[in-house]
Amino acid sequence: MWWRSASFILDNSRNPVNDDVPPDSITISPPPLTDSTAAAAPTLQIPNFNRNMSMSAYYQTRAAHHGVVTSDWLAQAQEAAAATGAVDGQEDGGGGTGGRAFSVIDEFNSWRKQPDLAEAVAAIRALAAVIRNSEANTMMELEIELKKASDSLKSWDTTSISLTAGCDLFMRYVTRTSALEYEEFNSAKCRLIERAEKFGEISCKARRIIAMLSQDFIFDGCTILVHGFSRVVLELLKTAAQNKKLFRVLCTEGRPDRTGLRLSNELAKLDVPVKLLIDSAVAYTMDEVDMVFVGADGVVESGGIINMMGTYQIALVAHSMNKPVYVAAESYKFARLYPLDQKDMSPALRPIDFGVPIPSKVEVETSARDYTPPQYLTLLFTDLGVLTPSVVSDELIQLYL
Amino acid sequence: MEPRRTSRAVIDPKVRQVGFFTATPPPPPDPIRSSSSFPSAPLINDISPSGNSLSPVMIPPPRHPSDSLVLRRPPSPLDSDFYPPPSPTTTASAGDMSDDVIVSPPGKAGGWPSLKNPQSAAASVPSGGFVTAGLVKVASSVPATGLTTVSVVNLPPGISEKAGGAVSVEVQNERPVSSKPLKEKTSKAERRALQEAQRAAKAAAKVEGSKTSIVAPSNAKPTKPGKPPSQKNDNVTTVAASEKKGGDRPLEKERKKDVPHPRMQYDDKSRVEKAKRRSVVKQTEARNIVELFRHLPQYEHGTQLPDLQSKFFELDTVHPAVYKVGLQYLTDLCGGNARCIAMLQAFQEAIKDYSTPCEKTLTRDLTAKISSYVSFLIECRPLSISMGNAIRFLKNRIAKLPITLTESEAKATIQSDIDLFINEKIIVADKVIVKHAVTKIRDGDVLLTYGSSSAVEMILLHAHELGKQFRVVVVDSRPKLEGKLLLRRLVEKGVNCTYTHINAISYILHEVTRVFLGASSVLSNGTVYSRVGTACVAMVAHAFRVPVLVCCEAYKFHERVQLDSICSNELGDPNVISKVSGREDINYLDGWANSQNLQLPNLIYDATPSDYVSMIITDYGMVPPTSVPVIVREYRREHWV
Repeated sequence: MWWRSASFILDNSRNPVNDDVPPDSITISPPPLTDSTAAAAPTLQIPNFNRNMSMSAYYQTRAAHHGVVTSDWLAQAQEAAAATGAVDGQEDGGGGTGGRAFSVIDEFNSWRKQPDLAEAVAAIRALAAVIRNSEANTMMELEIELKKASDSLKSWDTTSISLTAGCDLFMRYVTRTSALEYEEFNSAKCRLIERAEKFGEISCKARRIIAMLSQDFIFDGCTILVHGFSRVVLELLKTAAQNKKLFRVLCTEGRPDRTGLRLSNELAKLDVPVKLLIDSAVAYTMDEVDMVFVGADGVVESGGIINMMGTYQIALVAHSMNKPVYVAAESYKFARLYPLDQKDMSPALRPIDFGVPIPSKVEVETSARDYTPPQYLTLLFTDLGVLTPSVVSDELIQLYL
Repeated sequence: MEPRRTSRAVIDPKVRQVGFFTATPPPPPDPIRSSSSFPSAPLINDISPSGNSLSPVMIPPPRHPSDSLVLRRPPSPLDSDFYPPPSPTTTASAGDMSDDVIVSPPGKAGGWPSLKNPQSAAASVPSGGFVTAGLVKVASSVPATGLTTVSVVNLPPGISEKAGGAVSVEVQNERPVSSKPLKEKTSKAERRALQEAQRAAKAAAKVEGSKTSIVAPSNAKPTKPGKPPSQKNDNVTTVAASEKKGGDRPLEKERKKDVPHPRMQYDDKSRVEKAKRRSVVKQTEARNIVELFRHLPQYEHGTQLPDLQSKFFELDTVHPAVYKVGLQYLTDLCGGNARCIAMLQAFQEAIKDYSTPCEKTLTRDLTAKISSYVSFLIECRPLSISMGNAIRFLKNRIAKLPITLTESEAKATIQSDIDLFINEKIIVADKVIVKHAVTKIRDGDVLLTYGSSSAVEMILLHAHELGKQFRVVVVDSRPKLEGKLLLRRLVEKGVNCTYTHINAISYILHEVTRVFLGASSVLSNGTVYSRVGTACVAMVAHAFRVPVLVCCEAYKFHERVQLDSICSNELGDPNVISKVSGREDINYLDGWANSQNLQLPNLIYDATPSDYVSMIITDYGMVPPTSVPVIVREYRREHWV
């Protein structure tokens, strides 16, 4: 077995810089080789990184960059938008409603810029704009128009679960609201727009509800492990701090975009004792942890969650040490998906900088998220209440069937 | 599908007013209404006085032919020389009949060419004569008002048993009580007739007794001491039953009251006796009963069919179409969907030929009719859960018929309801399941399936048609070896297959990426009730971390909870375990029945705990096993009840 080879140990001791690099790249690329290939064929993935930097300085600069705001994700999404947007435009030209669909995405993007607005809410606001600008005269026409808009939104970013879920949710609402309930079409239209407007407030309220619900679970003197940056989790910890709870937070670093650093910054502002961990130190520190809090990109039908890479292994470690894993997620993140295993999802890729040039022969796993099966989760805090994972499917069935 | 839950606004996050957060508490959520409560409404109606209005003297409508019509009927292809139709009225036929039953070897089944081909069989059975004859019996055989009152009062338990199948304890309590009044109110003459018949039969049985033990196919040796009484009893009861049939008892009513509960506890002596007395199909009890499964019906296999064939002309209460299905259950028809569709279509036939006897209401009389058919089918083979659900649906539809409908309208409604059920809940449901399941098959997958499931077969074939590149491992097991059939059909279509037996499951699972399984039923706690061996496959797959996908139509879901495969199951023929076909040299177990120490349990089903199931694919989408009760709760109430 290769990972038991002596060379692995040798590499490890000789190369402390690569501490947080996944083991396969360590073993497969010993330092001399890396140097030579870096000189010979610089890879595309990590163009500019100074690997000779000392470890502490390295983390300091990264923290300085990412402590304020993390824009990697957004920038990348916009790049992707530029790529797929062109395709969209072509399609729409064929469909004849090019202007409309294009404005949906613009609208969506403008809403998305707001830091506090969730993607699902932005999507729904964008769809509301479609209704507002619509010249349809019947409910059916409006529905078709909306369907087109939501489809283009969904295809614009297939990797975003909450965007898809938000679109589905709104479409579901529209198809269920028949114009018959209202005396005329215009009032129905107004009602839909009103609904969409309300949704933004509701999503903010959802975070408050979740934060309130979770307070019973945070006790004085507890140690909480969090992974990545989640607005709900931040809100929840903020509320706990405001309630004068005494607790300690362990933040994972959240490679590759280091969102954990941002969370730790925010918490430090609230005077909450924070400790930063590298992602691989989770098992090492798990014995002092009382509970794990994570957010979610999406909550799937099995009751499991899709979240930032690393959540699954944290949940596994926590499960094996009998620590509760709590998920904080708004109900608009519930998606009608059912991944059977890790590879059973549409992949969301993101470039990772390892700090060293990676030879082109070496493959890099760039998936940005993983799936945590429900048996490793203890409870889900949602605006519907505190749910066990199995209730998610119940809610979804009631919502969509 | 249909619009439902219109009241719910989607956009509102359903703030369920949890804990301290909101001031006004929400209205308490609907308590989960167990669907066993639904028959209560029709029950009350049933006791209404209108049912008692039967006049003591009934004049049969002139259009019905007389009893003798049965005998005058032109011989059908089903008539064979071996089974001269015994006249239903004579008591003397008792001896002949039991003789007939025992002597005729099971191989005679081959003499039924029509069995293999349902269509031709249906065509070859002239049905009109039978039904009308049956109706005459019913109509002309009402002796007294007292009796009819009793039967009307007794009707509810018969129905509620069907419906409240989940609560067997309750039913158990209820039954003896409900059957008592009938006993007391039978007229004196009848009781005497019964006694006399029994006496005569006992005498006849004594004579037959020696013959029986010699001629009986597998009972080469004298039976063990405990058993002879029961066998004798058996003869007696069949005689009694046939006599009653010939006599003027309202047999149908009696039967409908005594529809054996689908999950009757067979270790309850008195109830078994009672059920046996009413039974149409003669069932010989197995001798080496496995102690653990004493509560399940254990009859010797192969004895029912020839008996049934010989009785074809006596069973005037059973519609030929139903009769045909019953025979098919005994021979070759298997597979949950196939059995259910066959049964529903037979009921459809029966309803088509049904006409309400005068002084009766269609709703009530037809329900009784269906119940008697069901009891007949149960005697042929225990009902599957899916069939129980279908029957429940049908009875509900009948009970809910608007009273204003004319008979032909009502019949047409029910027939179209049945069509709708077959189409929507089975055929279209399968299509939806296939559509969902195909999304979980990726190129390069190795799919494993066990036994033969129609849904899984459709999935595999459809995925193949879509051009997905995958390989199939068909796992099979003795004694049924159903997988071979599936294998053949898959290979014919060009699917790349591997065939192995369940012994090799742990070896083969190394390369498998998905396990697709069919199910006979999925219970409320997520337990999958399926062909025996499924649990083993699922457990091994779980141990290998291979996802297990169970494909099951939602009409097979049941609100019952089951923790093991013992409390409810079906026992198959133990002989097929002891014998290996085509291997004469494996004869170590020949004559195993004579050994007291040896018992061969041949279970048909087993229960797979929900932990081993990753996903259930149903017509409502892909759901975790924990959501089965949600679907049962949400949809049963709206569509079926």
